Amino acid sequence: MRVESYNTLAEAARAMGPDAVFMAGGTLVMRDVNAGTSAGRVVRSADPALTEIRATGDGFSLGSGVTMARVLAHRDLAFLAPVARAVGGPQVRNMATIGGNIFAHHPYGDFAVALLALGARVVLAGQGGAKPLDDLLRERGRSGGTSPIVASIEVPRPRDPRAFGFVKVSRIKPKGVSVMSIAVNLPRDGGRMRGARVAFGAMGPAPLRASAVERVLEGQSLDAATIARAAQLASDGLDPPTDALASAWYRREVAGTHLRRLLEKMERG
Amino acid sequence: MAKKPVTFMLNGSERAAFAEEGLNLLEFLRRAVGDLSPKYGCGQGTCGACTVIIDGETHLSCLTMAEAVQGRKVETASGLANGKVHPLQEAFMEHFAAQCGYCTPGMLMSAKVLLDHNPSPSRAEVIEAISGNLCRCTGYEPIIDAILATANTRRLA
Repeated sequence: MRVESYNTLAEAARAMGPDAVFMAGGTLVMRDVNAGTSAGRVVRSADPALTEIRATGDGFSLGSGVTMARVLAHRDLAFLAPVARAVGGPQVRNMATIGGNIFAHHPYGDFAVALLALGARVVLAGQGGAKPLDDLLRERGRSGGTSPIVASIEVPRPRDPRAFGFVKVSRIKPKGVSVMSIAVNLPRDGGRMRGARVAFGAMGPAPLRASAVERVLEGQSLDAATIARAAQLASDGLDPPTDALASAWYRREVAGTHLRRLLEKMERG
Repeated sequence: MAKKPVTFMLNGSERAAFAEEGLNLLEFLRRAVGDLSPKYGCGQGTCGACTVIIDGETHLSCLTMAEAVQGRKVETASGLANGKVHPLQEAFMEHFAAQCGYCTPGMLMSAKVLLDHNPSPSRAEVIEAISGNLCRCTGYEPIIDAILATANTRRLA
């Protein structure tokens, strides 16, 4: 195993290849390094751009190396605080980065679930423009090839903070991994939901959108009948795994209940 | 395997040693630097026994690459006592907060950072602060009491 450190992200991106993994906070990659199961080359970069937080027209541009602790400490990112707090314990939150979370394997990656629901876009190192996080998460599952490095994440600010909801379901409090996590973003226009986005974590190989639920919510008001229909379709199109925490069957069975509780809490405001 | 020189501050003194490529900070501190206070529990960031303070924040040394502390300030439990034991260590003794003692160095680091930032924590804040440190003797109550007692004593002092 070789460790390569580069001053700039552009150099790091050029150094990536099918035999390389990019290490951000290290909370996942170092486990493999310690176990002797990591990729042949570990690529690092201390580029200061990685930890930048900038306000943009409609939201924020967050460097992929921003840690959960920094999200928690940033007043303008209060809408993301409940999500960052759901990750690990204090030490992990001081290390784990929002960019790394996008590549976290099951059952980790709760922050990416929220980013997916918020409609975040990712800027890849050495490539121009931003692309939907949806695309990167879909491509992530495919094996082989060279993994890209996320330089920054563009997160739209929810117009109404009450439109965004998040829950992490875990058995151990306050620090336990996900049975599942759910993030919903329900912008409303005259009481009707427009552009509803619902995402699940630990319910597939990567965070997934619940398209059936989104279709049920679209154009409706958030009332008891709509919530009931959404809950019924909660696990439609998802592909939950069986692990030490829960079986795929259990995850499917309880997904609707947890979604219903989250939506009811948001309905109450 | 290539070795990289790492120069850093350990408990206020400059130290330099060679780290094998990919070596984690925990093994580096224990084997190359000779500080045996951070403990190896799980090697995967679950238990918190290896917790150290880097630039004022708690980090898991088993998940930190040794070369990443180049030029940075590292604090471990062995640096707490300064002529006499640290008030937290005193309180851990008084409250019987160590059973087997393996989690204690990590607990002390998490407790120190908590009290440095929040001199009067609530019980809930103490629980949150040590939520990344497992005690497999399950002696959490005396640990929580010891941390709260340290805060109280400091307030009275």
